[in-house]
Amino acid sequence: MTNIATVATVKDIICPVCGASCDDIQVELGKGEITVKNACKMGNAKFQEIVSTHRIKEPQIKQNGAFRAAAWDEAITRTAEILAKAKRPLLFMGSETSCEAMEVGLHMAEFLGAAVDSNSTVCHGPTAMGIQEAGRVGATAGQSKSRSDLAIYWGSNPLESMPRHMSRYAVYPRGYWTRRGRFDRTVICVDPRKSITAENADLHIQLKPNTDYELLSALLTLLHGKTPHPSVEDVTGVSIAEMEAMLKMMKECNFGAIYVGLGIASSYGKHRNAELAFNLVKELNSYTKFVIGALRGHCNVAGFNQIASYLYGFPFGLDFARGYPRYNPGEYTAVDLLREKDVDAAFILSADLVSHFPAACSEYLAQIPVACIDIAPCPTTMLSDVVLPGVIDAMECDGTFYRLDDVPVYFQPFTSSPFPFTASNEDTMLQIFEKVKELRK
Amino acid sequence: MAATIIKNGYVFDPLNGIDGEIKDIFIKDGKVVASLSGAEARDATVIDATGKTVMPGGVDSHSHVAGAKVNAGRLMRPEDHYKSVRAKTDITHSGSGYTVPSVYKQGYDYAAMGYTTVFEAAMPPLEARHTHEEMRSTPILDMGAYMVFGNNWFIMRYLKDGDVEKAAAYVAWMMRTHKAYGIKCVNPAGVENWGWAKNVHGLDDHNIHFDITPREVIRGLAEVNELLGLPMSLHLHTNNLGHPGNWEITRDSLQITSGMDPKNKTEVEWAETKENARRKQCVYLAHAQFSSFGGTSWRDFGSGVKGLVDYVNGADHVVIDNGAVPFGPATAMTGDGPAIHDLYMLSGQKWANCDIELECGSGVIPLMYLKGSPISAVQWAMGLELLLLIKDPWKTIMTTDHPNGGVFTQYPQVITWLMSKKARDDTAKECHKWAYDRSSLGGVDRELGLYEIAILTRANSARTIGLSYRKGHLGVGADGDVTVYDLDPTKLNVNDPATLMQKFARPDYTVKDGQIVAKQGQIVAVPKGRRYYCRPYLDDTLEKEMLVDVKNWFKYYTLGFSNYPVPEKYLTNPVPIQVNKPLEAVVRR
Ligand code: SF4
Ligand SMILES: [Zn+2]
Repeated sequence: MTNIATVATVKDIICPVCGASCDDIQVELGKGEITVKNACKMGNAKFQEIVSTHRIKEPQIKQNGAFRAAAWDEAITRTAEILAKAKRPLLFMGSETSCEAMEVGLHMAEFLGAAVDSNSTVCHGPTAMGIQEAGRVGATAGQSKSRSDLAIYWGSNPLESMPRHMSRYAVYPRGYWTRRGRFDRTVICVDPRKSITAENADLHIQLKPNTDYELLSALLTLLHGKTPHPSVEDVTGVSIAEMEAMLKMMKECNFGAIYVGLGIASSYGKHRNAELAFNLVKELNSYTKFVIGALRGHCNVAGFNQIASYLYGFPFGLDFARGYPRYNPGEYTAVDLLREKDVDAAFILSADLVSHFPAACSEYLAQIPVACIDIAPCPTTMLSDVVLPGVIDAMECDGTFYRLDDVPVYFQPFTSSPFPFTASNEDTMLQIFEKVKELRK
Repeated sequence: MAATIIKNGYVFDPLNGIDGEIKDIFIKDGKVVASLSGAEARDATVIDATGKTVMPGGVDSHSHVAGAKVNAGRLMRPEDHYKSVRAKTDITHSGSGYTVPSVYKQGYDYAAMGYTTVFEAAMPPLEARHTHEEMRSTPILDMGAYMVFGNNWFIMRYLKDGDVEKAAAYVAWMMRTHKAYGIKCVNPAGVENWGWAKNVHGLDDHNIHFDITPREVIRGLAEVNELLGLPMSLHLHTNNLGHPGNWEITRDSLQITSGMDPKNKTEVEWAETKENARRKQCVYLAHAQFSSFGGTSWRDFGSGVKGLVDYVNGADHVVIDNGAVPFGPATAMTGDGPAIHDLYMLSGQKWANCDIELECGSGVIPLMYLKGSPISAVQWAMGLELLLLIKDPWKTIMTTDHPNGGVFTQYPQVITWLMSKKARDDTAKECHKWAYDRSSLGGVDRELGLYEIAILTRANSARTIGLSYRKGHLGVGADGDVTVYDLDPTKLNVNDPATLMQKFARPDYTVKDGQIVAKQGQIVAVPKGRRYYCRPYLDDTLEKEMLVDVKNWFKYYTLGFSNYPVPEKYLTNPVPIQVNKPLEAVVRR
């Protein structure tokens, strides 16, 4: 939509980096350079990719251990062959792409009888499982913006993982009943580390690592009017007096919001931590308004959970081997399938599994045929047999992301795909799927 | 497309006054026609309906099938999905879920049961994209969604100022922006209070901040509805939902709109009907069962249906849907966040809540209705009392408020109870004794016939939401949506409830737009459905002034004004309905 020759400012662009899905980005795209306003450092870095020299510009196929440039049709066919020939492929839908592209992946997995998973398997999967145990009392980000006078970052460090969370949604913005922004709010940080979020908080509860479950239990015990066993002080490193002070702040606020991070989802207890945190919030609603939500580090990781749930009934880690969806985290989830060598090929869309998965998974990935779509070289592309160039969502094509609070956001591009052979990752996925159907006829 | 003939069936088409006459139905290019030419008839697909019951395709005017809260239910209930799966076939997708099925399964299950049209009853504006995404993925069904307005900041502010016109301009703009079909009002003025963990409990209670009362919101939104001339009336979910004794506030809420004139200012072509196909109501009460509790506490709880029914029988501006409770697992989900909190306090179950900035809220909680439970047993009786005690069937619609009272796949069971006193008595014997002790159902002898069932499940649901210009009947020009049940009305045996139920669950044929989509429960074709939404217009100047207000307050949203609308790309086969179109625009066309 933008003519490269003239440098025009495009407003209200959506940032495709973290779960905040900031929708106020301003972009000026010139020849070989891009100027970005309103984005944080993380966001800006991604916008720079559009003019980066690292960008993967053509399809590549590995031959005798080395990559060679390949024609688009050849690469699509090769990818389809990998999938069609496999008995039990794994399709991995990374989060930095649209729901529309992920949907094709889900359809393709169903068609192939494959397993399909997404980033939430290694980030907030346990949080989703906590929801399946306890439910979740939540609200859209604007509720906190306008009402919340208490923000609790629990096991999360937004200043590093979602830099604009505090300024756009939770702490600094001047909302309807929070006209003075930060001055109208108290911030508590629960974190074993003295993170910069902790340094900026009014109260830092510095618990010992991996004791979230114990601390949450103690708070629930206190909420029930009982005193927890004194050993909890030793276990968590937090005094009962401190816990009482924290709980008092929670009960006496007008609108409290807890933002949980991976500190809860990936420390000991995992989904049980999340479950307990959700239960605490449920009970707090008998005293005052309280909500809880996860800080989703990756941009559209919530999107996969949403579309997989409405299309097939489960939020992640789906297996179609029997012709209908099955779900059993620990069995059909990507890490487990790879570690157990339960799949015989992999297709990876916009995700660097090799950098984020356990070494055993990467080792196995190196042994099986792998095809991927990505915008820049990374350990996963290095290990793949076919690499298809990725299109950058929200910059080069339109589509849908789900924000951290599950609000869907429609994004429109400010330029178009640099490739003549594909308009978007969705388009690429559809082309692969067409070929797969031909081969499996 | 080749023509279709449904031959020789006993036709029940209440909007055309046809009560079991043997008739052929002709469909050409997806529409009902009076006859076919010789050539057309030769090439036509012929369905032999001899000895069978023929009705227009089923129309569900109140179900929860698409959007954020439905999906919250799916996401948090894997236990609901493991045990209920559907395998893919060559033409259909797989799926899972019993009370909250995934969208493909949902579409197939509705179609297999003879329904072709389903409306989602609560779409939050900020999450409208989500609702539309799910509808886009739903196969076969024609759909639309009502947008939630009863706790919207702009509405509350305008109505408090007495500015009904600006409120109407706002609603018109919102409906066009988010592609909504009707106005839903959920716990007016109460859900906004839930933003502070509070509620309202009477029609004259005040919203904490906006100071407005539920009474003012109900009247205001009903006025907006008729000022714009929307195809359906206000769809109302009353205050104090699920509280013992709430039948009185429900009656009083219905009274608010008495004396108003229903005005349908849509520009559509009306298919031929003998009866008046235009809605008569100014208020459409949602899931009346949950709003007609008697007693004062759970101890003296009982049916309060009698009081409500007495009012409805004497009023001509009301239609209700019942929200039946057919027992078994359910998932309560509603825009009434505080009502779900109340349920959580009772059951301690896992509970999901999502409040939506400036607009509304929602809650979801799993439920189990047991025959042995005194409360469930009374609710079962109440759901049926409502449809049997309201004399005029044109004031009633059969629903389960899916999946709140029960699952839509239980409709055949509900129909069976309505048609058979024996079926009711058999069930009552298995129930807690409160079922008949604390309701009047045991003394009700009325058994609905097929004509009345056709009113409750298609003719009146279509008329109430203003869709009878094309749905809910088989007059010339209507959509070629037809259900053929393997039921011979001359040999109907209502004392065999099991067979009756089975016949309603698995019609021989479901025809949509002239195409057979389901045959004895099997999906045989998967066309894409339509999306209905309204494009109402009011005065331009007013709209400009209104937009200034909206933009002023948009800073309280976390999404920019330009990223707020739902683009058409989220809609499959969109059917925009012009409402109250400016005169000169009409002339120009
Ligand atoms: S906070 Fe996240 S979405 Fe917002 S600009 Fe930074 S990286 Fe992008
Ligand atoms: Zn409902």
